[in-house]
Amino acid sequence: MLDELDRAIVRELQGDIPLDPCPFGAIASRVGASEAEVLRRIRSYWERGWLRRVAAVLYHQAAGYRGNAMVVWKVPPDQVERFGRLAATFPQVTHCYERAGLPDFPYNVYTMVHGGDEEACAEVARAISATTGVSEYLILASAKEYKKTSACYIH
Amino acid sequence: MDGVDRRLLDVLQRGLPLCARPFAAVADEVGISEEDCLRRVTRLKEEGIIRRLGGVFSTRALGFHSALVAMVVPPEDLDRVAAVVSEYPEVTHNYARQGRYNLWFTLVTGREADARALLDEIRSRTRVEEVHLVPAGRVFKIRAHFPMGATGEEAAGYA
Repeated sequence: MLDELDRAIVRELQGDIPLDPCPFGAIASRVGASEAEVLRRIRSYWERGWLRRVAAVLYHQAAGYRGNAMVVWKVPPDQVERFGRLAATFPQVTHCYERAGLPDFPYNVYTMVHGGDEEACAEVARAISATTGVSEYLILASAKEYKKTSACYIH
Repeated sequence: MDGVDRRLLDVLQRGLPLCARPFAAVADEVGISEEDCLRRVTRLKEEGIIRRLGGVFSTRALGFHSALVAMVVPPEDLDRVAAVVSEYPEVTHNYARQGRYNLWFTLVTGREADARALLDEIRSRTRVEEVHLVPAGRVFKIRAHFPMGATGEEAAGYA
């Protein structure tokens, strides 16, 4: 699926792009291709949905978002689609997935909620509950962050 | 951070245009010069506001497998077990959380079988029995975007 040049380009993009007026030109010289060829390939990754965007990823605590909670929901199976779509409309929800159950843990939809502080996250959870009518949920605040990196696809 | 930084961060989180001079285009939108734009981006990275400026990929579409894992770890053993888990380059996020399942991590591997093999290894190295894959079903949203607005505090509260 990915040829050698694609792998070299993905390897560059999964890290930091050069802070250069022509970052894709700088990548091109590193991978030994023309700037036009590199841009053509990167645009094709975007068109195929492999690449969501080339963008800044923030340290959200430093940016003022100190609250981060995983809120898990117990949603009746026939309501999962409706619940997921509604929860996803909240801007404070960054991730929303249906997930398989765990032993003694009957929660089947997981949302990641970010806010200024923990109380702001709790308020978002209450608002989602009021909007969807799903009242059984748990707020799993993060007690300690051990690791946070971006995925390394190609070593 | 001033108002220009905040506008710049909003634009940069949305994404760079895929063209030869993307910072010139971003600078134009924010109302600054390309040179000032690059200087600010460099500073925001040094100050630890921007963690990374690069490609954000769709793990699934790219042909990789991502998974969430939940563990039940004796509380006094949490730091030791978390350190073992964090060693693996496949592990991208690793958090202690409240509750019975008190360690949650995400991993990205080539195939699902690689994830299972990695969990077996973690189970044997940490001597923790309860290590569970929590596979995703339907995906409703993946969008880690943090509006900066006029002031960070306002934006964080979504006022």
